[in-house]
Amino acid sequence: MNEFKELSWQGLWKNNPALVQLLGLCPLLAVTATITNGLGLGLATTLVLIGSNTTVSIIRNWVPSEIRIPIFVMIIAAFVTIVQLLMNAYTFTLYQALGIFIPLIVTNCAIIGRAEAYASKNTIGKSAFDGLMMGLGFTAVLVLLGAMRELLGYGTLFVGANLLLGDWATSLKITVFETDSPFLLAILPPGAFLCMGLIIALKNVLDSHMEQLFAAKTEEKVVQRARVTTES
Amino acid sequence: MKFRLASSPHQHIRRDTGQVMRLVILAMIPGVLLQTWFFGWGTVIQIGLAVVTAVVTEAAILELRKRDFERALKDYSAVLTAMLLAVSIPPFAPWWVVVIGTFFAICIVKQLYGGLGFNVFNPAMAAYVMLLVSFPVQMTQWLPPVNLAQYSHNFMDALQAVFTGFSVEGFSLAQLKTGIDGVTMATPLDTVKTSLSQGFTYSETIERPIFDSVIPGLGVASSWISLGYLIGGLYLLKQKVINWHIPTSMLAALFICALIMSLVDSDLYPSSIFHLFNGSIIIGAFFIATDPVSASTTNKGRIIFGAAIGIWVYLIREWGGYPDAIAFAVLIMNMAVPLIDYYTRPRTYGHTSTKRKTKNKAQS
Repeated sequence: MNEFKELSWQGLWKNNPALVQLLGLCPLLAVTATITNGLGLGLATTLVLIGSNTTVSIIRNWVPSEIRIPIFVMIIAAFVTIVQLLMNAYTFTLYQALGIFIPLIVTNCAIIGRAEAYASKNTIGKSAFDGLMMGLGFTAVLVLLGAMRELLGYGTLFVGANLLLGDWATSLKITVFETDSPFLLAILPPGAFLCMGLIIALKNVLDSHMEQLFAAKTEEKVVQRARVTTES
Repeated sequence: MKFRLASSPHQHIRRDTGQVMRLVILAMIPGVLLQTWFFGWGTVIQIGLAVVTAVVTEAAILELRKRDFERALKDYSAVLTAMLLAVSIPPFAPWWVVVIGTFFAICIVKQLYGGLGFNVFNPAMAAYVMLLVSFPVQMTQWLPPVNLAQYSHNFMDALQAVFTGFSVEGFSLAQLKTGIDGVTMATPLDTVKTSLSQGFTYSETIERPIFDSVIPGLGVASSWISLGYLIGGLYLLKQKVINWHIPTSMLAALFICALIMSLVDSDLYPSSIFHLFNGSIIIGAFFIATDPVSASTTNKGRIIFGAAIGIWVYLIREWGGYPDAIAFAVLIMNMAVPLIDYYTRPRTYGHTSTKRKTKNKAQS
């Protein structure tokens, strides 16, 4: 159980694929103009991660290490194709909005990184859980980035959520402020770089704050070392 | 009599940062006055808004960073950045444009990189590019010069236009943009760019009313404004606030590029004089490219830096998407500054140059 806790902590925060490993930046920066796009791509990536991690873990003992990378890529490509076809079938507008970045999930280094670094060495259950957590960590950053850029750019939140979640989600749209001239920089990729930098900075600040908190706690716990040798 | 021995360094600082910045601000005044004369009170209002935003932002961020904000505010660098940005913005642009721009310049481009002396990019120009990319409509609404405009406007008109988009009499920005002949007017650079793409020749284009000045090819307003900034720039040179290397090499590079191309085909490529005195070349050469923080620091490097900016300006003006290019050129070369500085390190006194050293090594 402790292993699973550690995996969640690693995937969601300490070793977050987007914030710490800085993997998969290309889709991260290109498609997160709105929350919906971010969430859609994040969920797609998560599905692929779980699938590829599980499969890689199943076959880990039969894959010769010399040709493991091509095999991993083929497995990932198969899952990406599945996800792509699913999105094409059920969320067609979102599929069109995300465009080339769905097939490009194949090249997302976070996925092959987890297959190589974790799934090829661990059991099925742990690998699948690792895929889930890494995917959720990635999705969380995508959604946060999408929210920042959507808010700055268009002044709204959850615009087009119905493309992903069905018609009821139209009512989710929140207009924070009305604007006739969208803040294009936030919507264009340079804005994604800036927002990404701010999020990473925020994480570093939180980390150093937590370190201080923990350090203060451990200091309190320091006990006087018992004298084991006699004086004189 | 007592002789006091002071320890080194024996060279004293002639001016502190605040004095330098104040001199540069002083040198901007002729240009700003002429700009106000030609484009109305909007320029002054923009400067006021920008300066207030810059000072407030600088103080707030320095307080957040737990720095001594009083000392940093006294160096006037934020005020200068604000002024440079404000004069590049169309005078009747909505108030939030200049506020967002100045905030971006001070907070993101300057303070997040570590404050004055650490910023890689020129804050005013980075903010200008950010605004131009983000709000293309608001950022290109230059008014025609006063003597060519159909409607005159006073201080209250300007104030109201900046804050509401309409003048006191209720003229919209689009109406205020109308020239005497009832046609919306573009800036000189824009006019030439558009009409050349429509198949007119350069000599036909400069017959337009916006080029109604003594020397052919000079915009009515922009040539005078350039002259104002030129006077300020020469004053800065005389006061030794800036070195001659960057402005000279930049203007020379642009002049030579334009000369060559206009000799090749004078119908398609505007003359050198047109390029030098329209748009923001003069203020760019003397006030923007010479920013001591983000420009090259060696003399040889400064010449390369300036010349490259001149070439970039020409390339972007002639074949790029935007009519003017100072901001883009300066930002591109800001990125190259570490490399330029690395390769143009001057020889330290008493040391042989690196080239000779390698030669000696090869011999031995």
